[in-house]
Amino acid sequence: MLAKRIIPCLDVKEGRVVKGVNFVGLIDAGDPVECGKNYDEQGADELVFLDITASHEARSIMIKVVENVASCIFIPFTVGGGIKTIADIRDLLNAGSDKVSMNTSAVLDPDLVATSAARFGSQCIVVAIDAKRNQSGSWDVYTHGGRNRVDLDAIEWARNVEKAGAGEILLTSMDRDGTKDGYDLELTRAVSESVNIPVIASGGAGTLDHLVDVLLKARADAVLAASIFHYNEYTVADIKWHLKQHAICVRE
Amino acid sequence: MIVIVDYGMGNLLNVAKAFEYIGESVKITQDRKVVARADRLIVPGVGAFGDAVKELQQHDLFESIVDFVGTGRPCLGICLGLQLFLNESSESPGIPGLGIIDGKNILFAGKPFEGKDRLKVPHMGWNKVRIIQKTCPLFKTGVEDAFFYFVHSYYASVTNRAYIVGETEYGITFASMLWKDNVFATQFHPEKSQRVGLELLKGFAQL
Repeated sequence: MLAKRIIPCLDVKEGRVVKGVNFVGLIDAGDPVECGKNYDEQGADELVFLDITASHEARSIMIKVVENVASCIFIPFTVGGGIKTIADIRDLLNAGSDKVSMNTSAVLDPDLVATSAARFGSQCIVVAIDAKRNQSGSWDVYTHGGRNRVDLDAIEWARNVEKAGAGEILLTSMDRDGTKDGYDLELTRAVSESVNIPVIASGGAGTLDHLVDVLLKARADAVLAASIFHYNEYTVADIKWHLKQHAICVRE
Repeated sequence: MIVIVDYGMGNLLNVAKAFEYIGESVKITQDRKVVARADRLIVPGVGAFGDAVKELQQHDLFESIVDFVGTGRPCLGICLGLQLFLNESSESPGIPGLGIIDGKNILFAGKPFEGKDRLKVPHMGWNKVRIIQKTCPLFKTGVEDAFFYFVHSYYASVTNRAYIVGETEYGITFASMLWKDNVFATQFHPEKSQRVGLELLKGFAQL
C-alpha cells in the first residue's frame, strides 16, 4: 500500500531557513543543510525548499544550497520559488533537485508547465497553487506569495495544470496558512477529487489530528508542514506514530 | 568503474551522487566505448518507453547495453531502465525493448483505478517491496521488506516468475524488482530511497 508522505517544508531566504506565518513576519530558524539532514534522519519522506529570496542575484546562493543538500540527502527533494524559465528549472535539476515547484510563473506563462514537463518529465514538475476562498464559496488562485489575486478558479486551474503535464500539485490554503487551525479540508478534497495526480496539502497544520483529517477525510496524498516541525513541537516520528494509530499507512 | 548510461532521458546526477556518497567513483557517459569497458553498468531513466528506445538507438547505445549484458558483468536498470530490459510496452506499441528479460510493461488500469476512491496514476511515493527472493546478491546484509520510492505509470509483467525478487501492491501486485543472472532491475529509485536504497546500491557496487 502506498504510504502517505510527510513533507517538511523549509522556506529559504538568502541561504537561511526562515518560517512563514501568513506569508509575513519571518523568523530565522536555521541552516538548510542541517535542517534537511535532521528531517531525513527523523524519517521525512521528502523535502521541499521554497526560495523566498526576492532578488535575482541570490539565485546562485540557492543553487549552492541545493547542491549541498542533494549531496547528503537521499530522499526526493523539491525546490520552488522564483523559477521563471526553462533555464531556471534546468539549473535546479542539475544542482540535484528532483522536482521543481512553480506558482506565479505557471500562471503568467501558460506554456511553461507544458514545455518543462515535455522536456524534463512530468515527475519533476510540481505546480503550487495558493488558494483563498471567495464570497461565492469557491476558491481563487493567488500569485506572488499570496499578494495578487488572479482570475482563476483553483479547481479549474488544478485540472488545467494536470492536463498541461504537471506531476503533482502543492495546494496551500491561504486562509489557513500559519493559523494552526487545521488544513482546509473542503478545498483539499475538492482538488484531490478533481485530478488524478497527487495532491500535497499545505497550510494550517497545528495538531497531529489535523494531519489525520486531511489525509483521511480530504484524501490528500501527502502533507506539507513547516512550523509544526521547526520548533520541535513534533518530530516526524511522532507524526508517523500518530497516523499509524489511525490506520494510515506511513513509511517506517 | 561504475558507468551510468546517459541517453538523454532524465536526471542521472542523483544516481551518481548516491554512489559517490557510498564511496564509489562513477562515470556518466554517452560513449559506447566507455560502456563496453565498464565494470558495472547502470541504465537509469525517466520518461516514455518509445522515446527512450529511440534515444538509445540514436546514441548507438541500444546494442551496447545488450552486448554488455552478454559479457556477464553486473548491470542494474532503474525505473525506466527496468522497463527497457523487457520486450515491449503498451506505452509505445510496436517498439521493441532490449529483450533482456521476457515480459512487457502495462499501464496501471482497471477497477482500482476508477471512481471516487480510485488509486491515482502515476504510482508516486513510498511503497512496500515484499522480498520474495532473499538470496538475491544485492542484499549483502539481512534483507527485510521495506519501503522504496516509486514514480511510474507502467509496471512490469514478466513471463518467468523466477526472475521476480520483490513485489509491490498498488491496486494489483506487480514485480518491483527483478534479477536474471548478472542483470538486476528496480522499478523504484534506490537513489531516492534513503538508507535502504543506498544499501542496495552498495550491494551492487560490491558484487
